[in-house]
Amino acid sequence: MAAAAPAIEVLDLAKSFGEARALDGVSVSIGENEFFTLLGPSGCGKTTLLRMIAGFDFPDAGEIRLHGRDIAGQPPFARPVNTVFQNYALFPHMTVAQNIGFGLEMQGKRHTEIAARVDAMLALVRMEALRERRTSQLSGGQQQRVALARALAPQPRVLLLDEPLSALDLKLRKEMQGELKRLQLETGITFIFVTHDQEEALTMSDRVAVMSGGRILQVGTPREIYDSPRDRFVADFIGEANFLAGEIAGIEGQHARVRLAAGGTVEAGLPAGLAPNGRATVFVRPEHAELRADGGDFRGKLDRVVYFGTDTHLHIRLADGSDFVLRQQNSPGGHFGLDPGAEVAVAFKPGAARVLRD
Amino acid sequence: MARPHSVRHQRGFTFVALLCFFLLYLPMATMVVFAFNAGNTLGDLDGFSLRWFRAAWQNDQIVEALLRSLTVAPVAACLATVAATMAALATTRTTPYRGLAAKVAFLNQPLVVPEIVTAVALLVVFARIKVWTGYTGLGYLIAAHTAFCIPFAYLPIRARLETMDLSLERAAADLYARPWAVFRWITLPLLWPGILAGFMLAFVVSLDDVVITEFIKSAGQETLPTYMLGQLRRNVTPEMNAISTVFLAISVAVVSLFFLLNRKKT
Ligand SMILES: Nc1ncnc2c1ncn2[C@@H]1O[C@H](COP(=O)(O)OP(=O)(O)OP(=O)(O)O)[C@@H](O)[C@H]1O
Ligand SMILES: [Mg+2]
Repeated sequence: MAAAAPAIEVLDLAKSFGEARALDGVSVSIGENEFFTLLGPSGCGKTTLLRMIAGFDFPDAGEIRLHGRDIAGQPPFARPVNTVFQNYALFPHMTVAQNIGFGLEMQGKRHTEIAARVDAMLALVRMEALRERRTSQLSGGQQQRVALARALAPQPRVLLLDEPLSALDLKLRKEMQGELKRLQLETGITFIFVTHDQEEALTMSDRVAVMSGGRILQVGTPREIYDSPRDRFVADFIGEANFLAGEIAGIEGQHARVRLAAGGTVEAGLPAGLAPNGRATVFVRPEHAELRADGGDFRGKLDRVVYFGTDTHLHIRLADGSDFVLRQQNSPGGHFGLDPGAEVAVAFKPGAARVLRD
Repeated sequence: MARPHSVRHQRGFTFVALLCFFLLYLPMATMVVFAFNAGNTLGDLDGFSLRWFRAAWQNDQIVEALLRSLTVAPVAACLATVAATMAALATTRTTPYRGLAAKVAFLNQPLVVPEIVTAVALLVVFARIKVWTGYTGLGYLIAAHTAFCIPFAYLPIRARLETMDLSLERAAADLYARPWAVFRWITLPLLWPGILAGFMLAFVVSLDDVVITEFIKSAGQETLPTYMLGQLRRNVTPEMNAISTVFLAISVAVVSLFFLLNRKKT
């Protein structure tokens, strides 16, 4: 993905509001035609980063390059970058068509061209019938579509979307997720999408950047982020995770043998550049472990069994008192054979366990 | 209780409300009725007539004062509204800083300082300027009226600005609108009801002013209110009722006009 020339390159960006460091040395490179997602908890600096790229605020230090050109000092109207606002920010005194045509109007395009482009945009977001409506007479989903059409109409190089779906109910949200993805593929515009919904990030993005405390912790494809998180925060923030305390018993290339506090020794992948010794944390997803009749990597006592429809969650109490959650796919008609209190053996699927930076 | 609690269900509410209404409007109604009195006195009704309106209309002093009022008030209200709009933008479209509250307070000074004090102060200053420049025209009145009208125009404009979504202006800038275009196409249209309300208030306040005008007017520069005040010292005729009724009509007309304009906008 990042092979093409970067559309946006952010270098060592820093921004403080008084004492608070909203951005603390952020560097990231976002490719042409990429659906790039910023994911992180509230207050981690996602909006701040987006505002810098849009030009609503200016960094204390660092560079923002658009196709190689530094734009960090340019005002918003000079940047070929458009924004879809969280509250849509549609102009209430204009019709749908006037809203969509506003950017083109300001660019001084000819009226025939504007009309044609507005029509094309209305078709793209399937809103032809509501051309002359006031924006106050639209539903949330319709306003969302107008906001998208308005931002896409001037054909920006990059589209910024700050939690555009958070105001919609669940069903509409799912529908708009698909719609957004389709628009991105059809227009070929680079999307930078902000969310704190991990599922949204995983299903829609080409790549995801996980942020925390004004820093980017990890950038990767959804699969990389989910399967191979580099540190505990990323592992914990995305999906569910088990963390097992242990001690390094030996290292061979990209693998470590870890003696678990709960008993047993496991093989775990090492993130690049990490060479721990002594204490270490081993991470494994609940669905990347399975029950064994005997043997297995370690043993524990079944504590609770929770049925979830598609799968069943088994809570296992380990020897050192910690909890381990294991997720089993359900099959039709089957029922779970073990009762709480039973001794069980757990094995990791190949490549499932990884050592984490703490 | 089945009914949601409302102050309207309080015992005696209707009585108090009606009393207030009467006290507010009874005098005005009386004045209007007596303006059409055919008799010579302020006390007894002697049938219907337009004679006092005719008399007022034929009184050159009154017509001149009315025209002067209708020159000063719109000009001062326009200037005050423009100044107030700029002041409101400057005090809301900025990140708060030390001294901002003080600036707003200074701006609203005419609301706080007794008018008579301002009047004396202006008298002193303008008297000097009149001596130096020799100019004795309407400019002084317009300048003074503009100054004390600004806070009245400022308040509704600022109130409107504060409820306006900042992200609209940001969205316009994002869509390639330069600062002036943002103001022209987004801020101004959305602010318009506030500006109209501000203008209307300023207009009525200027039209009505007695104290400052009385102090600083040059010889013969009567506005309608100062003329009427002057007449009180001689004999009060039903002419006064007629002028006041016309005055009331102008105020009501202006307020209704702006109310209609506003409703069409939003
Ligand atoms: N204008 C501002 N003044 C002061 N502090 C600010 C300002 N804008 C942001 N901050 C601070 O900067 C940090 C990052 O804020 P930001 O809005 O970027 O977070 P976010 O990741 O978008 O969060 P959310 O998911 O809640 O939208 C926060 O600690 C916030 O309090
Ligand atoms: Mg945010």
